[in-house]
Amino acid sequence: MELYNGPLDAKEIFGRWLDEQAESNYGAYIPFVGTIRAEDDIEALSFDIYEPVLKAWFDAWQEKAKALGAVVKMAHSVGDVPVHTSSYVSAVFSPKRRVALELIDAFVEDFKANAPIWKYDVKNGERIYAADRSTAMNGAGLLA
Amino acid sequence: MIKVEFLGPIGKAPLEMDANTLADVASKLKEDSTLSHWLDKCAVALNDTMVNDLNTALKDGDRVSILPPVCGG
Repeated sequence: MELYNGPLDAKEIFGRWLDEQAESNYGAYIPFVGTIRAEDDIEALSFDIYEPVLKAWFDAWQEKAKALGAVVKMAHSVGDVPVHTSSYVSAVFSPKRRVALELIDAFVEDFKANAPIWKYDVKNGERIYAADRSTAMNGAGLLA
Repeated sequence: MIKVEFLGPIGKAPLEMDANTLADVASKLKEDSTLSHWLDKCAVALNDTMVNDLNTALKDGDRVSILPPVCGG
């Protein structure tokens, strides 16, 4: 798991991951890129991350992938990420395509629902929490 | 004493309190009107492990994190 201040260099990250696994005999490599869209007059999105819980979440996914003979990778931005740049990249390597296709779907969807990352719109230099696009994590409401 | 920290957009300074279980923490946080629109949406971690049981016992020095709704990517 890799965290960076500001936008990601997706080409460098994907190229490096590909090089790292060049001799691993994986038949499938499926990358996913999340790019900031220009909408609602935003200048950028901005992100807060709680790293200890994110690492635990990611470690659990590495174990699930390992049980399938696969590897999951991810990188995410912290702080401001301008429109038309990337804030999130992930990938799955597996011996055959079917495992990788299913795993990237489950991994990215669970990422959206349970990775402890908070998103803000940046407008006129102000950070506004993206409350209406956010999802309560598993177990939410325990203290209510 | 245990410490309660509020993550992401909640924007509230950490609190210290006496509590034997997470139920005690819930009782105290419900008295705080600034949290009334957050608690029903927030998940909870104890010392960086997600927890789901109000009867979870707490000990001196424990750290409870309040995690509001997320949106990575």
